[in-house]
Amino acid sequence: MTKVTMTVNGKAVSAEAEGRTLLVNYLREGLGLTGTHVGCDTSQCGACVVHVNGKAVKSCTVFAADLEGAEVRTIEGMANADGSLSVIQQAFQDHHGLQCGFCTPGMVMSSAALLAENPKPSEAEVRHYLEGNICRCTGYHNIIKAVLAASGQDVPAVAAE
Amino acid sequence: MPKDTGIGASSKRREDVRFLTGKGLYTDDVSLHAQAHAVMVRSTVAHGRIVRIDTSAAAAMPGVLAVFTGEDFAAVGGNPAGWLINSRDGTPMREPKRPVLAHGKVRHVGDAYAAVIAETYQQAKDAAEQLAADTEIEELPAIVDMKAAVADAGNRVHDEIPDNLCFDWGWIEDNRAAVDAAMKAAPHVVTLELVNNRLVPNAMEPRASIGEYNPGTGDYKLTTTSQNPHLTRLLVAAFVMGIPENKLTVVAPDVGGGFGSKIYHYGEEALVLAAAKKLGRPVRWTAERTESFLSDAHGRDHVTKIELGCTKEGEILAIRTETLANVGAYLSNFSTATPTFLHGTLMAGPYKVPHVYVNVKAVFTNTAPVDAYRGAGRPEATYSLERVIDKMCRELNLDPFEVRRKNLLTPDQFPYTTPVGLVYDTGNYQATLDKAIELGNVAGFEKRAAESKARGKLRGMGLSTWIEACGIAPSHLVGVLGSRVGLYDAATVRVNATGNISVMTGAHSHGQGHETVFAQIVAERLGIPESSVEIVHGDTSKIPFGMGSYGSRSLAVCGSAMNKAVDKIIAKGKKIAAHMLEAAEEDISFADGKFSVAGTDKAKTFGEIAFSAYVPHNYPLETLEPGLEETAFYDPGNFTYPAGAYICEVEVDPDTGKVDVVAFTAADDFGNVMNPMIVEGQVHGGVGQGIGQALCENTSYDENGQLLTGSFMDYAMPRADDVPFYTVDHSCSTPCTHNPLGVKGCGEAGAIGTPPAVVNAVIDALHRGGMTHVTHIDMPVSPHRVWQAING
Repeated sequence: MTKVTMTVNGKAVSAEAEGRTLLVNYLREGLGLTGTHVGCDTSQCGACVVHVNGKAVKSCTVFAADLEGAEVRTIEGMANADGSLSVIQQAFQDHHGLQCGFCTPGMVMSSAALLAENPKPSEAEVRHYLEGNICRCTGYHNIIKAVLAASGQDVPAVAAE
Repeated sequence: MPKDTGIGASSKRREDVRFLTGKGLYTDDVSLHAQAHAVMVRSTVAHGRIVRIDTSAAAAMPGVLAVFTGEDFAAVGGNPAGWLINSRDGTPMREPKRPVLAHGKVRHVGDAYAAVIAETYQQAKDAAEQLAADTEIEELPAIVDMKAAVADAGNRVHDEIPDNLCFDWGWIEDNRAAVDAAMKAAPHVVTLELVNNRLVPNAMEPRASIGEYNPGTGDYKLTTTSQNPHLTRLLVAAFVMGIPENKLTVVAPDVGGGFGSKIYHYGEEALVLAAAKKLGRPVRWTAERTESFLSDAHGRDHVTKIELGCTKEGEILAIRTETLANVGAYLSNFSTATPTFLHGTLMAGPYKVPHVYVNVKAVFTNTAPVDAYRGAGRPEATYSLERVIDKMCRELNLDPFEVRRKNLLTPDQFPYTTPVGLVYDTGNYQATLDKAIELGNVAGFEKRAAESKARGKLRGMGLSTWIEACGIAPSHLVGVLGSRVGLYDAATVRVNATGNISVMTGAHSHGQGHETVFAQIVAERLGIPESSVEIVHGDTSKIPFGMGSYGSRSLAVCGSAMNKAVDKIIAKGKKIAAHMLEAAEEDISFADGKFSVAGTDKAKTFGEIAFSAYVPHNYPLETLEPGLEETAFYDPGNFTYPAGAYICEVEVDPDTGKVDVVAFTAADDFGNVMNPMIVEGQVHGGVGQGIGQALCENTSYDENGQLLTGSFMDYAMPRADDVPFYTVDHSCSTPCTHNPLGVKGCGEAGAIGTPPAVVNAVIDALHRGGMTHVTHIDMPVSPHRVWQAING
């Protein structure tokens, strides 16, 4: 076990980690940040997506010990400073972009990364970008709407019902 | 102007805030002092005799606290099937014991035969690997294919069941001869053999369970990923562990999707409780995704031959089906109801067809148990029916829209008794069909097809008109049909002294938004703000009783119980108001949150009544009890019958066989709608899963019973770029006639109506492209299968 120190959601943190401890386990078990979820064991589902040094990363694919000194942001760090929902979070609520909520943290983190890279994505670009985040509840319809709405675009008429 | 609060409003979901900020509390998020970790040891062979399990080395490994094998549970009960099905000859189904841990034999890859408990998860995992290495299992030939299973009397999943047959069921057996005669007399008979592909439910949250035991009181607590904690309590306490129900609390906190797979009790739940008692510490277990693939109950897996007798003009005269239904290695709790009473009873569809007979043989195989998955039996019935009708249209050169219209029941025919035992209370199937045709812009299809053709693509359009029986279920009916439980539900409405309200419901929300919708209903009825109503679910220590959420029953059954409890609150409020206002009880009316004396301006607000109930300084105690809390049980009088018309448009790439769903229209009749936003979301999700079944998802076992599709790398879940935006509509409403809210249920619709619409569209595209030799392609309609069909 070694002590691994990083910055998570703007706060300096440290916790013990074995060499094999994945970032997701470091966050969930070491720091008690259980908003980041584990939905698979093959880096396919995207429920564990967090931002590492500003980039979307599946936290089940990286070792905590490799991230000494890294800047990590999780779903717990996504709300506005006053605790209100950020634009992307609010768009998910407004457009019913979540049901059971389990894939949601990863979806929000991936969507936020997409909008940081591409502020006005097309529908196809959103769908392509979120291809690594599986949702079983929504049929993706309202997730895509939420992301397009969060980007400030008019949601396509077909999706608006 | 749409409402912005109460019944019919698209209230935003209150539960979203915690899920969007990482504050949800799923089972695996619960962390307890001194908790130990369980890892299951699972069979790597599909069928084998356990020769020897040497636990000594594993038990001596660092951190290991206990090792369990099947022997430790040999004396306790098995996990039972919830429905007793009788075969055509009247004999009861074969019902082998399903133990907590496999004992004597392992019967599918993933069948757990031991468990290791250790201080840390990694220590338990390491020791489980050691235990697997120290186990000798004599491998036996695997029984995978259903036809071979029933033909080979020598090779048995369960030694006591010679032909691997659970039951041979006929519905309705007395009608068989008449159906045969009608089929024989029919001017035209269409025959189709098809496979309803086995699916893995794959809720995004893997199953997880935490057991606790209090040695001081003898109380157990199970925190688990369940759609119905009360049923789990009943099964664990009374059937498996043999402990009193009042010594076991089951909590299902936030649950990350279910789709059926979390209805059932699984052995891990008993294991963590037994381990917690043995160790005097909490014991937790969480499935890895591959464990979920191997050990969650799967769905569908029917092989069906359907025959349809009709006139040359497309009037349906008779339907006859023969189905082999895979139940896997053990009977999961609903597994015997799913291919029978949730399937055979729907085989008349929304049509006025006089003669229907269904035969289902349920077969044991060396595969994971198969049980209800979103739709459960009804998607299988709908798929068979809508595919064979489509084939009829092609054989007789008839228009599929007109054929549906010719055969659909008309509004004046309700209530309608089907030849397969149901009574449809209400509906307007022409209206949803017309709505789908309008919204799907069927008139513009030829132009779109021409545009596709110009791009080298084949465009096709497919239709399905579907119906289901849900709002599960009237106890008096299911009791006759073999159910061993009642399927009523319960709710308590507790008005607190300060006027806010706690509703304890037997429904369990794992994505459906009950915390929002149920509050809308109570708020509207009592004339108070939604924010004053809190919905409590998923905890047997807080909730009177409940049968949980599945079968599109939450609102129709649990919501009706809640509504009934609200009736009682209003009645009690009138009594209190009569006392306070010195009026006769029958002169009190309640509206807009006020109890008023008729013909006067005397009134008390709901809040004043609530406060008085808890501060009863001058109550006539002989006739008026303090307090304002009511419990109601509600047992539905009938199933509910949502129905709709779905139109799918696909583009097929003739070079690669790839199918893209380019447009999808769903026009549904769900009766009254409480929250349109949530209802539409439910349909989106169901349609997405239906497209998944039709185009991507397949569960593949090889001839040795090895699961080839045991991860998200091998099992193709539908992803964001596999589906289009959907057009959904629920305006053609015929309210349910027998529940107080007039609701029918919407959770399963999409998964039922979608697969045949997609496959019909693919066949249409190929026919339009001149490939008229293609009469059927089994799901999933993958590029490989389409390419083969094109070039075959």
